[in-house]
Amino acid sequence: MQNEQLNTSEDVIICRDVHKWFDDFHVLRGVSLTVKRQEVIVICGPSGSGKSTFIRTINRLEEHQRGDIIVDGIELTHDIRNIEAIRREVGMVFQQFNLFPHLTVLSNITLAPIWARKWPKDKAEEVAMQLLERVGIPEQAHKYPGQLSGGQQQRVAIARALAMQPKIMLFDEPTSALDPEMIKEVLDVMIELARSGMTMIVVTHEMGFAKEVANRIVFFADGNIVEQNTTEEFFRNPREERTRLFLSQILTH
Amino acid sequence: MSTTSTTATTVVRPPAPPGPVRWLQKNLFSTWYNTLLTFLAAALVFFASKGILTWVLFTANWTPVVKSLKLFAVGQFPPDQLWRVGTIVFMVSFLFGLSWRVWGGTVRTFAIILATAFAVLAVLPISMGLSLRLWFLANPILTFTGYQVGRTPIGKSLWAALGWLLSFALTILLLTGIEGVSWLPRVDTGLWGGLLLTFLLAIVGIVASFPIGVSLALGRQSKLPVLKAFCVLFIEVVRGVPLVTILFMASIILPLFLPEGVRIDRVLRAMIGMTLFAAAYMAENVRGGLQAIPLGQVEAAKAVGLNSFQTMALIVLPQALRLVIPAIVGQFIALFMDTTLAVIVGLLELLAVGRAVLEINVEWKLLNMEVYLFIAAVFWVFNYAMSYASRRLEAALGVGER
Repeated sequence: MQNEQLNTSEDVIICRDVHKWFDDFHVLRGVSLTVKRQEVIVICGPSGSGKSTFIRTINRLEEHQRGDIIVDGIELTHDIRNIEAIRREVGMVFQQFNLFPHLTVLSNITLAPIWARKWPKDKAEEVAMQLLERVGIPEQAHKYPGQLSGGQQQRVAIARALAMQPKIMLFDEPTSALDPEMIKEVLDVMIELARSGMTMIVVTHEMGFAKEVANRIVFFADGNIVEQNTTEEFFRNPREERTRLFLSQILTH
Repeated sequence: MSTTSTTATTVVRPPAPPGPVRWLQKNLFSTWYNTLLTFLAAALVFFASKGILTWVLFTANWTPVVKSLKLFAVGQFPPDQLWRVGTIVFMVSFLFGLSWRVWGGTVRTFAIILATAFAVLAVLPISMGLSLRLWFLANPILTFTGYQVGRTPIGKSLWAALGWLLSFALTILLLTGIEGVSWLPRVDTGLWGGLLLTFLLAIVGIVASFPIGVSLALGRQSKLPVLKAFCVLFIEVVRGVPLVTILFMASIILPLFLPEGVRIDRVLRAMIGMTLFAAAYMAENVRGGLQAIPLGQVEAAKAVGLNSFQTMALIVLPQALRLVIPAIVGQFIALFMDTTLAVIVGLLELLAVGRAVLEINVEWKLLNMEVYLFIAAVFWVFNYAMSYASRRLEAALGVGER
């Protein structure tokens, strides 16, 4: 049984029949999803449908109560070593950025490599500067997060997640808290990242982004996947009534 | 292109602040009743300050204070062993100089005030021995030496911090002495007193209660039920009992539980009592800070792969403690003043020395106003210094700005 899971080495994330309750509220109702290496998956759906909760179960910010989640060959259980091992391989970007306000931008990025990967400070800072170059704000390295615009903060958050050199990146509505003029600068970074071959799961309503880089689109409603399809098929030919309704609501303007 | 540059050059400046005359007019003499209030208040301030100053400078008899300065400073510490206290003050003067160079900021202010105070005392035109004058004079020189040492490679934050820690251990060693060493004989803690004892109680209380309080606050948030229950029980019991009771328990009940022959020193018992008391309040202050940190911070720390300990030590605690600096310093000030309660377990700290001084001489019995005012002034100076340092620290760390 163990072999059967590990044989599919191309599948970096395997979720089978994942259930989750908040007290009595059944948030995730048997979600099954498999993600292949270098795949970019966009998850969309109405609010409250459990999409954020679902991607947060992948790095154990939320605990699932039934079903299996296997990330990069490691099964998520109560074993804290497994959880920490998975968190080192999975980067996450939050809606509210969640940068550390008491640390400079550079320290925000180097913190985890220094403490969790035990890199020497020089190496961590070198990598951090390269990442800041990549997200386009190397000149902000010595400022504090509070001195940056929302778009810049989110780009720092992406750099912070990338500093751990993760195999998988999770994005939880990364542009929802941004002013409209800043959304593009963040999406540009994400598009570049997707094209570089990163495995990504992105919860977002940015359908332009989805059309540009997503391999697959997953539509969530009421705690489960209603429909998933390749990007092209999903937009051209939605099969479910719920999907059509949702698309008509978000694409009309 | 040219249009943008012209609009950029026409900078609109904010209106200039009003001059002193305009300020007076606006704030003190704007209406007839405001003018009346200004004059009334000025008269009140004039007569009050005149009365107080006349009393302080001419009416009051400061003899008991001046004659008992040594008692106020160190209590009944053996006169032939006073060099030990002198050495401790030397260490502090030197370390202030070193820290001035290393840390600057508020430390600089304190180092300068301290050195100036000693220099002034050295040349004060009152009767004192030459050795005392020289001792006073040596302090600012040591502060200056410390500053110069700070320029060398020793002038690092780590070394300064280690210096303070080491001086703390040396202070305890110097004051207690070593059994059987002729040049450093034991001094019974019952002889410690005055400002020396007040400082010791306060500093030990502050230094020890801080880590204990933080640990209790973290324990209270723990998921381990036994640890959590213990912390909650400790905090709630200690906070529900007056400090006087705890000091009595520490001095009377604690020895009953100890095995025969084991005796804990009286000063140490008071220190333990005060530390535990302060720790419980510290824990509640820190808990307030911990609860103010958004959950997203913990999630972000975990998501980048930090373990629980690192998350707490690197992300949550630094932010939480920064938020509660005002509350913590307020508590340090309260602790400093609570040291006066040690008198009830028979320790002669500053206030107790004051009462003892009044008993020395029949003629001094009526001079309690002078003595207590002096003690109040001493407390005020140190409390204000702490409060000032707190405000500077808050500004430096940007509390409230995030």
